[in-house]
Amino acid sequence: MTDDTDHETFAYDQARWTDDDERYEPLLSEKNTEAVDVDTPLPDELTREELELPSLSEPELARHYTRLSEMNYGVDSGPFPLGSCTMKYNPKFTEDVAVHPDGLVHPDRSADTVQGNLQLQYELQDYLGRIGGMDAVTLQPPAGAAGEFTGILVAREYHRANDDDRSEVIVPESAHGTNFASAAMAGYDVVTLPGGDDGRVDLEALEAALSEETAALMLTNPNTLGLFERDIVEIAEMVHDVGGLLYYDGANLNALLGRARPGDMGFDIMHYNVHKTFATPHGGGGPGAGPVGVTAELAEFLPDPHVRKADGDYERYSPDSSIGKVHGYAGNWLVLVKTFAYIARLGDEGLADASAKAVLNANYLAEQLEYEVPFGPFHHEFVASAGDQDAADAAKRMLDYGVHPPTTKWPEIVEEALMTEPTEAENRRSLDQLAAAFNAVRNDDEETLETAPERTAAGRIDQVAAARDPELSWQALDEE
Amino acid sequence: MTANGSPYAPHTDADREAMLSAVGADDEEALFDIPDDVRFDGEFGIEARGERAVRSLVDRTLSANDDLVELLGRGHYDHYVPSMVDHLSDRSEFLTSYTQYQPEVAQGFLQALFEYQSMLVELTGLGVANCSMYDAATALGEAATLATRVRSTSGTRVLVPERLQAGRRRVLDNYVSGHDLAVETYPMDDGTADVDALASLADEETVLVYAETPTVRGAVEERADEIGTLADDHDAMFVLGSDPVALSVLEEPASLGADVVVGDAATLGVPTAYGMGIGLFACREDYLRQVPGRLVGVAEDETGRRTYTLTLQTREQHIRRERATSNICTNQAWVALRTAMHAAWLGPDGLVELAGDCVERARELAARVDDVDGVRAPVHDRHHFREFVARTDRPAPAVADDLEAAGYAVHVVGDHEIQLCTTETNEEALDGFVAALREVAR
Repeated sequence: MTDDTDHETFAYDQARWTDDDERYEPLLSEKNTEAVDVDTPLPDELTREELELPSLSEPELARHYTRLSEMNYGVDSGPFPLGSCTMKYNPKFTEDVAVHPDGLVHPDRSADTVQGNLQLQYELQDYLGRIGGMDAVTLQPPAGAAGEFTGILVAREYHRANDDDRSEVIVPESAHGTNFASAAMAGYDVVTLPGGDDGRVDLEALEAALSEETAALMLTNPNTLGLFERDIVEIAEMVHDVGGLLYYDGANLNALLGRARPGDMGFDIMHYNVHKTFATPHGGGGPGAGPVGVTAELAEFLPDPHVRKADGDYERYSPDSSIGKVHGYAGNWLVLVKTFAYIARLGDEGLADASAKAVLNANYLAEQLEYEVPFGPFHHEFVASAGDQDAADAAKRMLDYGVHPPTTKWPEIVEEALMTEPTEAENRRSLDQLAAAFNAVRNDDEETLETAPERTAAGRIDQVAAARDPELSWQALDEE
Repeated sequence: MTANGSPYAPHTDADREAMLSAVGADDEEALFDIPDDVRFDGEFGIEARGERAVRSLVDRTLSANDDLVELLGRGHYDHYVPSMVDHLSDRSEFLTSYTQYQPEVAQGFLQALFEYQSMLVELTGLGVANCSMYDAATALGEAATLATRVRSTSGTRVLVPERLQAGRRRVLDNYVSGHDLAVETYPMDDGTADVDALASLADEETVLVYAETPTVRGAVEERADEIGTLADDHDAMFVLGSDPVALSVLEEPASLGADVVVGDAATLGVPTAYGMGIGLFACREDYLRQVPGRLVGVAEDETGRRTYTLTLQTREQHIRRERATSNICTNQAWVALRTAMHAAWLGPDGLVELAGDCVERARELAARVDDVDGVRAPVHDRHHFREFVARTDRPAPAVADDLEAAGYAVHVVGDHEIQLCTTETNEEALDGFVAALREVAR
């Protein structure tokens, strides 16, 4: 396909259910709502008088949710190169494995009676440890950001155990927003590290930021530009020399499977984003899981309980200096089972191939783009510049081609950034179409971009106005 | 696909060659810019398996679990989830989508989340519900940090009941650990809050009072309104823990003075799942700009029609970074979709009936258990919801062990106390349970 792709034939039309001039698919509450009297065995003074909620039959609900699904775009709909999110294909069989009835037990069951779940947890801890080069892994954190919080709590507990209270966590300015927020939640002052001109960590700036107050440096590698931090060994030494710990944000691990491991690079703590690297579905925003791996020295600080094997049986135990708990129970079990199944399906070679193809796809796609890609060599993702176009507008226009756009306007080191991560799951034809979409948008005029999209379930949405006068429930609409 | 490669990387050999040639590389390895000193040359030692073999592996692994009838609750409950919820929530367009950064192609999920939020607004009477925290424990933790940000409350003391599901307490401890907050407990009296003791503990330094209904012991809190007044008197935030089934019939939290409601909303939408849930989080509208997590709001598109979008994102980590209201990014959106589907499937009639059954079933089982020699139930002279505590003449751990051997799992909550939970999913096994208890109770 070429730049002069015929927009009429290479296009996408998302289902658009329109009820009238005012709305698309009506709300459940608009379809039928009933207020019923609350009559229970409880005394009246303890209960509400009535409950008013939508009341619909199953056939009506099936149509409602099917229509809503048709107005929603997922990985199975088309390319989804949302940078730093690793929107790879989610194997179907893992859905069936996750809801295996034998595993759907109550978390308070005694260890003797849930040896199967404990073994699966143990095996997954072990798999993840091998993949990341870490000595011990907890599965408890329910998302990547929860993993960050867990990891920083581990770092804090480690320093406290050494009677070494430190006050700062260093985060590169191009890092994920969660890094800053997680460090702050643990009570740390966040020191922002300016990036170097080559898009990597600037060692002089790092030297200046490091001190006896440094509890940890949080890094992702490859970084948000897709670049490998080539000085990682020196960086690790610098952090360790001041007594700090090095934290690995696993968001970009899909670039490295079988090629390099955070543990070998000198990282002390890492989290894994299993909904990125290990293909568990993103579910419209979650659930994910954010297991945390640590070196042997830090294992005693992991959350309670941890799972270990003793005399052929699996048991829960509390690590000696555990930080306590970061989830009420054992984390997002269904997601963890999917992770286990994915890793067991791919094995060493499949995992290594996933990274190989993810990196090949990113390079092949970038090669075809008319947009400039200022930094390289990149790995599983790259950041193109929309140049004189508004990246957010360009993204809207891409929707008209059946392509979910990249992450936009971040990282800020690239002007009008288009952060693009095609993943290994796109074939060549699909990448060609993706490139054609990018290039078509590159050549679209400003007016076209500003009025896009036109083929989606809804037209361009005014998010600024929505935030000015927030209406967050159908009750709020009724108050008008 | 490449031989021995990922089955989910759909490259033919010819395509791979052409792509490598296009980027000027001999093979993929040439594309990796990794210094030799950190190159990994080893193996993970993980064997690749076919799909069927992985399913067999998981079958074999999980078959080591004992097949027990569970009478377990204390924060994680098993209600029957209708098939419709599985089939519709598993539609790929929902399941394989992500956070709705491009609302024009995500109207379906946004509308479903908006409907979820609206249902919680109805159930709590509060003006705002977010579209999820991770679970009940992290929702409680977020409520505590919220208390440090809102102007109407001040102080450092967080008062929680002495009896609380351990995970909730311990997660709360971690969430407050980076703030100037201290968690203290107040006593309970016969399964619910000891309001008089709480009144003497609360002072001007109290920033938050947490109570639950039903409590961890299954008792409906009868004096929640007094706790609300008490919190208000000290300018403290009143956080109430509950769940959507209980809230379908219990007095609306807003009219009890609750400022925030937290809990596990997965009592609808997810069956027993080894503790996986979804954090319900609703609060007064005054706190809007300080709410943690994502919010879906109404917007207009260029056609002038009503649409939905994530809104007030300047509260969130990707914009506000270390000054964000929370670090949460990935949440439990798909569970929220399922919770809303389940609530819609039940409808108001079905919800009220289910909640009524939770009261009735607990009452009936308590009466049957009370008839067993060596057991007295319920221990607390309260109204119970799903579960209750029973006193055993024999040491409770011994009774529980014997019950486990007979095929029944129960909680041990004291030296001579067990806790029993019943819903529609275990009611058919209760005759057998009562017979087994009769055997082991003396």
